Parts: sequence; C-alpha cells; structure tokens
Amino acid sequence: MLYFDSPVVTHWHKVPVMWKFLTVCICSVTLFLLDAVQLQLVAFLTCCLLYLSAGPTFFYAGVKRLLFLWPIILIILIWHGLTGTALQGLGMTLRLVSIIALSNLMTMTSRLTDLLELVRRVFKPIRKLGINTRPIEIAVALVVRYTPVLIVKGGMLLEAWRARSVKRSHWRVAFPLCLVAIDDAERVAEALKARGGSHKLSDN
Amino acid sequence: MDRDVVFIALFAALIIALGFIPPIMLPVGVPITAQTLGVMLCGTVLGAKRGALAVLLVLALVLVGLVPLSGGRTGIGLLASPTAGFLIGWPVAAFVTGLIVEQVRAISIVAIAIIASIVGGIIVLYVFGIAGLSKNLDKPVLEAATLVLVYIPGDIVKAIIAGFLTGALFKARPHSVLSRS
Repeated sequence: MLYFDSPVVTHWHKVPVMWKFLTVCICSVTLFLLDAVQLQLVAFLTCCLLYLSAGPTFFYAGVKRLLFLWPIILIILIWHGLTGTALQGLGMTLRLVSIIALSNLMTMTSRLTDLLELVRRVFKPIRKLGINTRPIEIAVALVVRYTPVLIVKGGMLLEAWRARSVKRSHWRVAFPLCLVAIDDAERVAEALKARGGSHKLSDN
Repeated sequence: MDRDVVFIALFAALIIALGFIPPIMLPVGVPITAQTLGVMLCGTVLGAKRGALAVLLVLALVLVGLVPLSGGRTGIGLLASPTAGFLIGWPVAAFVTGLIVEQVRAISIVAIAIIASIVGGIIVLYVFGIAGLSKNLDKPVLEAATLVLVYIPGDIVKAIIAGFLTGALFKARPHSVLSRS
C-alpha cells in the first residue's frame, strides 16, 4: 500500500481534496501562531471530535496512524520537564499531534486519484505562467507507479537474503535495490523515448 | 531530458522504498533508517541538480500525502514536527553531496562519495536539522544540537555505505552514475 486509506468510508471522503488541503494548511499556520496551551487543547479536542464524528473504527485507525509520534512526544515532554517549561512542552505536543492528525485525516479520506489531481491543480498556476510542468507530472506518475514496485522488489531481496543467511540483511539489500532502480530507470527511459518522449504522451 | 526525468523519479521512488527496510539499531540503542542513505545516494549517483530534484519530488509528494516516509510519516503536518528542519535540508544536502562528487575527480569515486556524503548528508543536513529543531521546540541551538548528536555515528556509517554503494554502482553501471558521466 503506497498511501494510507481509511478502513471505512466516511463523510470526510465527500469533501473535495482541495478544500481539505487548504483547511489543513490554514489550521497548521493558525496553530503555529497560537501560544496558549488552552487553545492548543481546544484544537486537539476538536481534532478528536472530527475523527469521532466518522465513527469509532475511523477514530482508532487515526490513533494508530499517530503512534509513530510517541518517541518524539516523550523527548519533548522529558526535555521541557527537565528544563522547567513543562507547560510549553505540553502545548507543543498538543500542536504537533493536532497538525499531524489533521493532515492524516486528509490523506486517509482522499483517494490516490484525488491526490494526483491535487498535484495537477497545484501546478495549474505555474502552467499559466508558460512553464512546462509536463516533466514534473510524468515524474510524479512514475514515483507513484514505481514506489510499490521497488518496495515489493526490496521485500523479495530481503526474503532471498533470509533464505540464504542467518545474519540480518539490513543495508546489504541496498546495493541490489539500487541496481534494480537504475535498470528499471534505463528501461523506462528507453520506452519513453520509443514513444516519442514525454511531451508526446497524452494526458491519459 | 526524458532520461533525467525518469532517473529523478526512480530515485525518488528508491528513497521511499528504502524507508521500508527495517532500521539498524546502533549499540547505544538509536535506530538508523536507510532513508537518509537514499538522500546521500541521490547526490552521489545523480549529481547536484538531479539529486536535489529527486529529493524535492519526494518531499512534495510526502507533504501532499501521496507517499509515506519511514514509519508511515506523511502529510503537510510533518512541517510542524521537530524533525522538519531535516526534511527541508534534504534537497540542499543532496545538492551539496552531488556537487562535490561532480567537481572533485582527482580521487577515487568511493573516497569522494564518502567525503561528499559526510559534508552534504551530515554537516549541511544537521545545520538545517538543528535549526528546525531549535525553532519547533523553542530551545537554544546548542541545546537542540545535543539532542541530535547521538545520531551522528549512524549517519557516518550511512555515508560510508553510500560511498561504497556508489563505487559498486559505478563499477556495475558506469553510464548510469550520472554524477560522473
């Protein structure tokens, strides 16, 4: 899975992705401008309500997606606690969790095609200036297409290593994975050239 | 042009894929992920401009929420996290790393790739990382620096790996190491 989807369809899925993106951007900036812990707490509780409004399954999925933050939160709280600024640390933690939770809400409730469309719309003003954004759009499509391919191939390399050795593989698979990426890049570049180059490709 | 676009895209995909390799635990208990190894490799293999563009592409897609970094981190909210400075520093780190590899041809590619990775992927990156940490945690720069010092041994290991990987790639696919072609 390249991006993280919601386990259930919610009312947030109906909101246009551009609106969600702009809301996350505005809320993030606003939360950065607010210093009061009480306001950060209100923002955090509002985030919880936004998730809960889509049901408990969605709420738990959202909490699960925030678990990666615990070491950072621990460091912030311990550090600020030791330096006598515990309240400031708490406000910072609440802000961090709220902003990441909001951006996760957008990611979880937007389809891959919607996110790709968002990228295209972000490029629209640049295109109007006469700048060719086609290579960037092709690069975006290639990343989205080839990341899962490389992840699968990396997984196969790890499996192959485990089958041959009791030692842990880790970075040893990095070299064959780089070779795979380079060889794939050469093949895709040739295929692109054979079709007349990126500028000849249609939007579909 | 098209070859450059494809290489930039595939190396961007590689950075994301490297985030799925399980982290190595250092003896001091600090986990190091292969993702910053990908940033160093973008510079040493693709060169300054293409390397920086590949990393910028990853960042843009991560911030929009299209792809995740290691640990499933994604979305514009990452700019609020204490490690935001490191993310902002990634393209500059790849650019400096690539520039050194492109310009210095008097010594072996392995040696210069290691040196370039240390300068770009550690020194330059940590300047951004520490500044971001200091800003987002509202702490003095020196205090912020003490927090990240523990990661430097792991990054030196990554720089050495990046050097040897670049050398091996140069031996296996000399025309595909764009920083030297």
